[in-house]
Amino acid sequence: MALLEINDLSVRFQTNDGEVRAVNDVNLTVDPGETLGVVGESGSGKSQLSFALMGLLARNGRASGSVRFDGQEILNAPPKLMNRIRAEKIAMIFQDPMTSLNPYMRVADQMAEVLTLHKGMTKREAVAEAVRMLDAVKIPDAQGRVRLYPHEFSGGMRQRVMIAMALLCKPRLLIADEPTTALDVTVQAQIMQLLADLQREFGMAMILITHDMGVVAGSCERVVVMYGGRIRERAPVGPLFSAPAHPYTQGLLAAIPRVDHQGDELAAIPGSPPNMTRPPAGCAFEPRCPYRRAECATREPALDGFDEGRARACFAPLQDVLAHRETVHLAEDEAAIASPDEQDEAIPAAAIAGAGVAGTPSTVDKP
Amino acid sequence: MTTKPLLDVRDLRVTFQIRREGDLPWTPPRQLHAVGGVDFTLNPGETLGVVGESGCGKSTLARALIGLVPATGQAEWIDGRDLLALTPRQMMKYRADIQMVFQDPLASLNPRMTVGQIIAEPLTTHHPGLGRAEVKDRVKAMMQKVGLLPNQINRYPHEFSGGQCQRIGIARALIVEPKLIICDEPVSALDVSIQAQVINLLIRLQRELGLALVFIAHDLSVVKHISDRVMVLYLGKVMEIASSDDLYAAPQHPYTQALLSAVPVPDPDFDVAESVVPLAGDLPSPLAPPSGCVFRTRCPRAQPACAEQVPALMGEDHLTACHFPGPLTEEEITRARQTEAA
Repeated sequence: MALLEINDLSVRFQTNDGEVRAVNDVNLTVDPGETLGVVGESGSGKSQLSFALMGLLARNGRASGSVRFDGQEILNAPPKLMNRIRAEKIAMIFQDPMTSLNPYMRVADQMAEVLTLHKGMTKREAVAEAVRMLDAVKIPDAQGRVRLYPHEFSGGMRQRVMIAMALLCKPRLLIADEPTTALDVTVQAQIMQLLADLQREFGMAMILITHDMGVVAGSCERVVVMYGGRIRERAPVGPLFSAPAHPYTQGLLAAIPRVDHQGDELAAIPGSPPNMTRPPAGCAFEPRCPYRRAECATREPALDGFDEGRARACFAPLQDVLAHRETVHLAEDEAAIASPDEQDEAIPAAAIAGAGVAGTPSTVDKP
Repeated sequence: MTTKPLLDVRDLRVTFQIRREGDLPWTPPRQLHAVGGVDFTLNPGETLGVVGESGCGKSTLARALIGLVPATGQAEWIDGRDLLALTPRQMMKYRADIQMVFQDPLASLNPRMTVGQIIAEPLTTHHPGLGRAEVKDRVKAMMQKVGLLPNQINRYPHEFSGGQCQRIGIARALIVEPKLIICDEPVSALDVSIQAQVINLLIRLQRELGLALVFIAHDLSVVKHISDRVMVLYLGKVMEIASSDDLYAAPQHPYTQALLSAVPVPDPDFDVAESVVPLAGDLPSPLAPPSGCVFRTRCPRAQPACAEQVPALMGEDHLTACHFPGPLTEEEITRARQTEAA
């Protein structure tokens, strides 16, 4: 049985600019011990999806649908139940380790708090356990460093503290929201390796939310690609990279410059992501899609399975996409120039609340 | 060398005086060498990529070149003048030749100015004689060139998306027809699909206008894509400079090798654990850098000699600052993994 089952999950935000439909009809399962990658750009809804699971939506946000963890319904569950599930069953680590640790508390105190609260340990036992966990995430001299404050650690070490804290109650599912985006590549490699080791050790499932296809390729078994708040493609990691079946996935992969390849022009995706206060009537990717056809502008394609573990939401025939038979040729700047009123609209702040531009901490004010 | 370099930088140093809280007034401030003696040349029309991890001094280097932070050493411009020795008034003339594009596209644009005013500002500053109609025409032409609609001239920055804001930043830099643009992490805040648009735009404009670029980024794949030559910095020192192809195919410095091995490759068949050369420990504090070679504390090849002598940057086209350059052996990689695991 799946560890986590998400059915028709939608997230809506009421804002002054109107309703923002951040996540729409998402269906997902996560099996025990597996790593699921959730890929998407800013505003694709990937972070709001995880916030909805954890009951962490901003006050103007409403989640609907169903999320079952181990058979138990947890979406919009009462705070008391949610508090037990958080940390004990599902833990989460965030992008920016500095803003997610309490700067006024020693690491020992904030880690012990988790254990005294959830496990009823005494302070002394809890601190001893915290030291053991800091050791497990390979922080040198854990015994001495546990008395330090978060600012006394480097970025990579802080992320290790975050991970240690998330693992204290041995959760069965870890949600990692851009865990390495704020870190340098050498540190990123260390942290991803650490997460893989710990996952094996604790037999924990992981949802890895990221915008970095390289990180996905290195650590996930299955991948979900999101765009405009919907799942566009779902596939095991191998086929996703070797034969992407959705035009957006294809475009995304072609747009990445690579160290192991030599290329001249990058195949950029023209235009910019949709405005989620006024989402397009049809497929949100239609204005930027080289395979678009008449029906795309008016109807939303459903996510249909077509192969072992694979599904895509697209009207263009699979063979055409796989063979790169594009129906329209889009110049790089064309979308920006052709339809100014749709395109030059900035994404409203609320649509990307909590997500932030890739690589930078979010500056959006929470209501 | 047949052509005279556009910019010839020798021994550029930026030192910050750090006072700690609680220091007595007569305690001498501590010296932080953000950039500790950097040499490089840049030819007209060339792109020099600058890579390194946070704290390696790459942004400080950019700011020093344009005179935003005081620096010592020499930076000889193509006409023979030393940019670092100029008074602010003299520097003004060169600012039209050297422009900068910043990392955060929205934060680097004044929110109370319209796009037209933002792009026109450098033009009216450097060419005060231009008529209003002329300025407007040039701004519109430039907007067209960077992929913005000329009829958006009266809009404000917040009405644009991140990628479009970066296009505005590029238009503002290009309007005075500079010879050199310093790009400080111009695409790191952008999404992948938008990032590719901006990179393509920069490459296209560079070819059209014969610009030289100093392209600073922490993303090694982006730098490889755009650069002719790449410079690797670590703790304010140059570790290696070589042509982009050379550096990525055959890195000589152990640090470059470790850095490149850590870049995630978007290919699930690629075995990450097999290729990564881990670096032991953390970046040393720039307030107390290691003696000799600054990288020696984390280097799998460090010898006693490395602690005594600062390695010079040596080589013909492929320059390396290392006493023992060359590809890491299997044995050294295994040793590095063992130290990391311990």
